[in-house]
Amino acid sequence: MTAIELAAAVRSGHRSAVDVLEEHLARIDEREAEVHAFMTVTADSARASARRIDERVAAGDDPGPLAGVPLALKDNMCTRGVPTTCSSRILEGWRPPYDATVVERAVAAGAVIVGKTNLDEFAMGSSTENSAFGPTRNPHCLDRVPGGSSGGSAAAVAAGFAPLALGSDTGGSIRQPAALCGVVGVKPTYGRVSRYGLVAFASSLDQIGPFASTVADAAVLLEAIAGHDPLDSTSIQEPAPRLLDVLHQGVEGLRIGIIDELASAADPDVAARVTAAADALSAAGAKVDRATVPAAVYGLTAYYLIAPAEASSNLARYDGVRYGLRVDGADTTEMMRRTRSAGFGDEVKARIMLGTYALSAGYYDAFYGKAQRVRTLVRRDFAAAYEHFDVLLCATSPSVAFRLGEKADPLAMYRCDVCTIPTSLAGDAAVSVPFGTGADDLPVGVQVLAPALGEPVMFRVAAALEGAAS
Amino acid sequence: MSAEWETVVGLEVHVELATTTKLFSGAPNRFGDEPNTNVTPVCLGLPGSLPVLNRAAVELAIRLGLALNCEVRPSVFARKNYFYPDMPKDFQISQYDQPICVDGWLELPSGVRVGIERAHLEEDTGKSSHVGGADGRLHGSAYSLIDYNRAGVPLLEIVSRPDLRSSEQAREYAEELRAILVATGVSDARMEEGSMRVDANVSVRPAGSDELRTRCEIKNINSFRSLQRAIDHEAQRHIELYESGSAPRLETRHFSEDGRTHTLRSKEESHDYRYFPEPDLVSLDPDPAWVEEIRAALPALPAARRAAVAEATGASHDDATLLVARDLDGLVLAAAGAGAEPDRLLTHAVNNLADGPGCLTAPAFAALVRMETGGELTATQAKDVLAELVASGGDPAVIAAARGYEAMDSSELEALVDAAIADNADAWEKFCAGEDRVQGVFVGAVMKATRGQADGKAVNRILQARRG
Repeated sequence: MTAIELAAAVRSGHRSAVDVLEEHLARIDEREAEVHAFMTVTADSARASARRIDERVAAGDDPGPLAGVPLALKDNMCTRGVPTTCSSRILEGWRPPYDATVVERAVAAGAVIVGKTNLDEFAMGSSTENSAFGPTRNPHCLDRVPGGSSGGSAAAVAAGFAPLALGSDTGGSIRQPAALCGVVGVKPTYGRVSRYGLVAFASSLDQIGPFASTVADAAVLLEAIAGHDPLDSTSIQEPAPRLLDVLHQGVEGLRIGIIDELASAADPDVAARVTAAADALSAAGAKVDRATVPAAVYGLTAYYLIAPAEASSNLARYDGVRYGLRVDGADTTEMMRRTRSAGFGDEVKARIMLGTYALSAGYYDAFYGKAQRVRTLVRRDFAAAYEHFDVLLCATSPSVAFRLGEKADPLAMYRCDVCTIPTSLAGDAAVSVPFGTGADDLPVGVQVLAPALGEPVMFRVAAALEGAAS
Repeated sequence: MSAEWETVVGLEVHVELATTTKLFSGAPNRFGDEPNTNVTPVCLGLPGSLPVLNRAAVELAIRLGLALNCEVRPSVFARKNYFYPDMPKDFQISQYDQPICVDGWLELPSGVRVGIERAHLEEDTGKSSHVGGADGRLHGSAYSLIDYNRAGVPLLEIVSRPDLRSSEQAREYAEELRAILVATGVSDARMEEGSMRVDANVSVRPAGSDELRTRCEIKNINSFRSLQRAIDHEAQRHIELYESGSAPRLETRHFSEDGRTHTLRSKEESHDYRYFPEPDLVSLDPDPAWVEEIRAALPALPAARRAAVAEATGASHDDATLLVARDLDGLVLAAAGAGAEPDRLLTHAVNNLADGPGCLTAPAFAALVRMETGGELTATQAKDVLAELVASGGDPAVIAAARGYEAMDSSELEALVDAAIADNADAWEKFCAGEDRVQGVFVGAVMKATRGQADGKAVNRILQARRG
C-alpha cells in the first residue's frame, strides 16, 4: 500500500496506525540486519505515537494527511531526546533538546517516526560507506551501495521499512540514492523546506526533501513539510505548493529539454533510459528538444570548493567543549585537536582541510570567490534554458548502483554527483523518478529539473514518467 | 611627551545594544543572570540551529549610525572563523567588508571633528572564567567555566579614523561617544559591566608629519582613566623605541593595571579569520523609508543639548557637559522656563544632584528655587528640602513647613545679630576697622543660635548695615 492509501485507511478507521506500524517494524526486524538502513529504530515512541493517532481517529479527530504513516528520518535532522549522530563518532550520544521544523510538521500531519537512518558522515559522500557506524546496503542487491549520502533513507523506503523517508540533498544526496534504490527522491527549491534543525553540511546548498515509492506519496510529504519558517532566514516566503491537485494534469504541450552537456556523463545503459523517458514524454504530448546549460560542466569543480568551504566553518563547533565526543588534552587547544582527530572520519577531515584552504587569506579569490562566480554562471545558464523549457531532463546518477568498495578513489566518488550538482548550485528543484532498469537489472533514475518554485510542473512530469514506466 | 613627537590614536569601541533579546535568537539580553539560563539552541550553537536577525538591533545600529552622521548602507553578515571555547559555533557572525554604517563623524565638545570609519553589527561571545589559577587567568588554572548568557548579545563595533592626537582627546572622544550612546538609548554603555569596551590603536610620528607609522592595538582597557594611561604609556614606549634606533612591531598588546602594556600576540600569530558571507542569513538592506523614520525620531544629541542648556541658563561649558551627562538638562530647562533663577538651578544641579533627579520634578524644583531666592528658605534649608524631593518627591512648601523652616522675619534676625555683636565687642571693633575676616565670628554666632537655619547672606547684609 502507498502512504496515501495507508493514511486514508487509518483516517477512515479501516486500519489502525498501530497495525500499520507493526507491519513495518516486522519488516525492519526481518531485513534490517542485512540492510543496515537505520542508526536508531524508535519502536517504543513510534508505538506510543501510533496509539495516539488511533485514539484521535476513534475520537472523531482527523490526524492529518500522513495519519499513521511510518516515516524514517535521516540522522542529521534533530529529534528531541533521540540521538542525532550524523553517522559521526563526534556526535555519538548527543540528544538534541529540540525537534527540527520538518519533524514538527510531519508529526503534526500525522506521521509516525520509526527511526533515524544511516548516512555518509555529515552527509559527505555518495555511497553511505562513509558512515562511522558501517555502510548501508542496497536492498535490491546487498553487495551494492544504496548511494548517498541519504542512503539509509532511500534503502528504508526501498526495503519497505517505511513508506516515506526524509533525506537531505546538498549536491545530490537525495536524488542519487533514490535512483540507485529505485525510489522517488525530491530535492525541493532551496528555501522551500525549512533547514531549522537540519545539521548543516553546506548551508547555501542543503535542502531537505522526501523519499517515497510513488510520485504522489512524495508530493503529499512535501506538501506537509514545505512552506515558510520564521526560524530559517533563507526560507522562502511562500506557502507549501499544491502538488497532489496537479499530478494528473499530464504533460501535453509542456516544453521539455534534454541537457546536452550532461548527456555524455552517463553510462550507456543509463543514457538509454533517459532517451526512453524523453520518448515517453514526447508520446504523451510534450515537446521534447535538446537544451543547453553550458556552465553545468563546471558545476562539480565549483561545488567541491563551495561545499567544503561552508562545511569547514559549519563543522568547527564540534570541538569537545559543549556536547558530543571529548578527548581530553593538556590544554584546550590540544583537547580540541584530539577530539576532532578522533571524532571525524577521513572524508570529513579531507573536506574540512579543502574548505579551510579555499577560504584562506590569499587564496579566497582564486578558489571560493571564483567558485561563487561559476555558481552565478550556472544559475544564469539555467535561467536562460528555462526561458525555452518548462523542465529539463537528464540522468540522476551516471551509473546504476556500484559495489561496496568499488570507488576507493575520492574523485571517482565525487563524479557520482556530476548530474545532480548543477541544479543544487542554481538553487532550483529536481526530482529523481525510477524509470526501468539498466546494467545487472538494477534500477535507473531519470532526473526532472525545474526552475525555482517550479515543483508543480516538475511533479506533473514526474507523474507522467512514473505512469509510462509502469 | 617629547615635543618632537605626535601621538596618533584611533579607537575601536564595542557596545552592547540595549535590546530585549539577542542578535540572532529570542533569548533574553540581560546582564547578571544565573549563568547559562538565557540561552536557546541558537545561543549554544547547537547542531541544526539557525540565526534569525533581530530587527530591534538593526534599528539601534541605524540610530547610532545616523547620530554619528554615517551613511546607512545595504550590508552583509560574514563568518569570522576561529576556535575559542566561549564562542559556541567557533565562528562569530559579524559584518566584514559590507558594514551597515560607514563614513561618519563625531564632533568633540572641544570642537575637533573625528572621522568614523564604520559601525557594524556582530554577536558577542560567551564569557570564560578560569578556576584554580592565579588572578583568574587561564594560565595555571585547573579548569574553566563558560557562561553563554552573553553569547549572541548584539554588539555594535564603532571604528574611528586615526584622527585623535592625544590621550586626552581619546578620552574626550570615548566620553562623548558614551554620552551619545546613552542619549540615543542605543546602549547603557557601562565600561565596568563590559557593555562598552574600548580598544586603542596607538602610534606616534614626528610632529608635523602626516605619515601613519606602525600601530599597536591595546586591549583590556576598563575605564576612561585607563584609556588615557594606556595611550600615554604606549606612545611613550614607541617614542623610546624610535629614539633608541628601534621601532615598534605591529601587534596586539594587553594593558594591565600597573599602567603598562604587554604583548598579547604579534602579527605572525594573528588569526586568519577566513571570512566569508554568512550563508544562513540574507543580506540586510534597510528600507530607506524606515531609515528616515528612525532619523526623524532621533532624540536631541548631547552637543545640541549642551548648547541649549548653556544658552538658556548661562551654564559654563563644563557645567553644561555635566548636566547633560547626568541627564539633568531637561529638568533645569523646564524649571528655568517656570521662572526659577537659572544660577540657583545650576548650583543645585551641579552640587546637589550628583546621583540624578530621583523623584524631583521640574515644577517642584522651580518652586524650591523660587522659595530660596525669595528668602523663604536659606541655602542650607533649600538643600535639605531638595534632598527630600529627590528621595520621595512632594511639594517643597509642605516639606519646608513640616520641618519648621519658616522664614525668619528680619527683626528677629536683627536682634540675633545685635546680640552677637554685643557678645563679641573686640571682634566688632576690628570689623568696623575694616578687618572683614572677622565677619565669620558673627555669622557663626548667629548660626549657632539658630542651629544653622539663619540665612547667611541676610546676616551679612545686616552686619554691613550696622557697620555703616
